[in-house]
Amino acid sequence: MSDSLVFHFDVDGDNFTSAGQASTQVKKNLRQLGLSPAIIRRVSIAMYEGEINMVIHANGGTADVVVTEEYIEIVLEDRGPGIQNVEQAMQEGFSTATDSIRSLGFGAGMGLPNMKRYTDSMSIDTVIGEGTTITMRVNLA
Amino acid sequence: MKVKELLAHGFEALALPDGEREIDGVYIGDLLSWVMGRAQMDNAWITIMTNVNVVAVASLADTSCVILAEGVAMTDELKDTAQAKDVNILGSSEPIYETAVRLAGLLA
Repeated sequence: MSDSLVFHFDVDGDNFTSAGQASTQVKKNLRQLGLSPAIIRRVSIAMYEGEINMVIHANGGTADVVVTEEYIEIVLEDRGPGIQNVEQAMQEGFSTATDSIRSLGFGAGMGLPNMKRYTDSMSIDTVIGEGTTITMRVNLA
Repeated sequence: MKVKELLAHGFEALALPDGEREIDGVYIGDLLSWVMGRAQMDNAWITIMTNVNVVAVASLADTSCVILAEGVAMTDELKDTAQAKDVNILGSSEPIYETAVRLAGLLA
């Protein structure tokens, strides 16, 4: 395997309207690498949902994207409150977002389900009061 | 059908950085994550949402254009962001259903 590419982003927790900067940049980078539009779409939607979650629930965090010949891996890490019930959070329609978030069109309870839908594997490592790390992979080969 | 061809059929160009883009199908929705989960690439996306996150969703979900129905007003922030991110936004003065019916006739 040849060298992998790594992109690192800090996700600003205060700036809701500019959320999506990291995923938009990743989309650009993947396009420059010549990946297919379908793959780019899956990676960027999954990452955007994660980014939005970090802004809504965890006051930001970090996003790392690793591109190898076999897969693209996205690792989202925050120091937020953790997820109380992962099984419940994975259900479509379940959300703890506030009304103000909902008025922006978010909080439909589709974030984590979309992340799972668009990736080949996803794992959630969460500790109440300490934070959450989500690792997702989209296979290329 | 190309996005720019809609201008001859009662749709208004609010931001049209990539009018040559082909439309394939239509999706309607205002809940952004729902749209990201269900809309297909190249769909025309009809919504009444006008906050700036609409541009990010359209860009990442790779829809061919956003159609703001019901004559909802667009902010300068949305327009500028759409131009910068290469996202087409059209306006329709008709309600959502009539807008969809009109598109169905054009795309048939």
